[in-house]
Amino acid sequence: MRSLIDILELSVEELDGLMNTADDIMANPAKYSDVCRGKKLATLFFEPSTRTRLSFEAAMYELGGNVLGFSEAASSSASKGESVADTAKVVSCYADIIAMRHPKEGAPYVASINASVPVINAGDGGHNHPTQTLADLETIRHELGRLTDMTVGFCGDLKFGRTVHSLIAALSRYTGIKFVLISPVELRLPDYVRRDILVTNRVPYKETTDLEAVLPELDVLYMTRIQKERFFNEEEYLRLKDSYILTADKMKLAKEKMAVLHPLPRVNEISVAVDKDPRAAYFRQVLYAKYMRMALIMKLLDIAVEIDAKEEA
Amino acid sequence: MKIDSIKDGIVLDHITAGRGMRIYQLLHLEELDCPVAILKNVPSKKMGKKDIIKISDADLHLDFAVIGYVDPEITVNVIREGTCVEKKHVELPEELENVIRCKNPRCITTTEQELPHIFRLADRHDGIYRCIYCDTKASRQL
Repeated sequence: MRSLIDILELSVEELDGLMNTADDIMANPAKYSDVCRGKKLATLFFEPSTRTRLSFEAAMYELGGNVLGFSEAASSSASKGESVADTAKVVSCYADIIAMRHPKEGAPYVASINASVPVINAGDGGHNHPTQTLADLETIRHELGRLTDMTVGFCGDLKFGRTVHSLIAALSRYTGIKFVLISPVELRLPDYVRRDILVTNRVPYKETTDLEAVLPELDVLYMTRIQKERFFNEEEYLRLKDSYILTADKMKLAKEKMAVLHPLPRVNEISVAVDKDPRAAYFRQVLYAKYMRMALIMKLLDIAVEIDAKEEA
Repeated sequence: MKIDSIKDGIVLDHITAGRGMRIYQLLHLEELDCPVAILKNVPSKKMGKKDIIKISDADLHLDFAVIGYVDPEITVNVIREGTCVEKKHVELPEELENVIRCKNPRCITTTEQELPHIFRLADRHDGIYRCIYCDTKASRQL
């Protein structure tokens, strides 16, 4: 029985396997429409996250399974003081797999060591959100046809953005990757990420505050929202929130094949006019996320389906 | 100043000067009934000065993980019948349970009081431990 708490628990081979499964689901959805019949996914969301919850639920329904759960702590036994460990033990009696979102960092890990069914971390505070990283990797692979030999720019809040840290860690295991880190000085990538991931793995990177200057170099631009909830100080948030706005004009500077990703929700960091640009991949990213969650649920439930051989182009 | 040699027990030698009391507290030596001596700032050829703790209890079991974490230079001498029968050199333990507390206000340990605070060694060279729940770093500074 296996859980997924941190993206680095999956080897590169396992990531490739999940992406191959997701591709096959996209190509042949009918083949997968019944593979989870009789199985139940419990979505335990101790803080609201409509998008992630709906994605997990849609994923399970499309596999022919069922879903139960709650979408905020107030409607769970946590409001009565039940521990995460006890909740995990109880829900293990009802469901075959658990997806947990919790505001406290490490809560899904506590659930995984107490549950008797697999636990998927659906986001724990500012810590990990591995299924977002699965979606990001699949999006890049689909849009560019590869996960190697490219320059990936991250723009916005690189300090608090957990999706940025996880994707940097995951991509650092592929060859020929260069990173360009674009942020205000106050929201630079934390030292420990720089040292533990980039320096340790000898991944080339550069830091800048100027998006337009580096835009022509990028194969991927990962935009992020400046998250109000990560600031203790409203003034600081207001000062930094409009630091970077990607517009249709700026997109003229970028490569023809660049992919723009965003973990969503966006506020104003990508102008709506960019949505029509074929390089805007962020809504397709939502779709890829669902297929990757389907592939992950199958993997953790040990459901194997033979993947159709791809036809040679 | 003269402190008698012990006949049966444990001598913690080569404690970095000033850390003796911290070791005493972490090992909960105040709970023992047997004679315990803490020697501070003892002249040492190797260290200039050092602390020493002598515990006169033949059946004592110490938490070597704690000792290794607080001061990996410590030597543990096991004394039987007045003779040192074993010298142990401690090292940084792979895991620490309820020795350090996670300081991350967003860590699950802040709300679930009964969870043990567990840290694992992430970097032996720099002595860096990380919380197993939230990955928050705790350096070995005491």
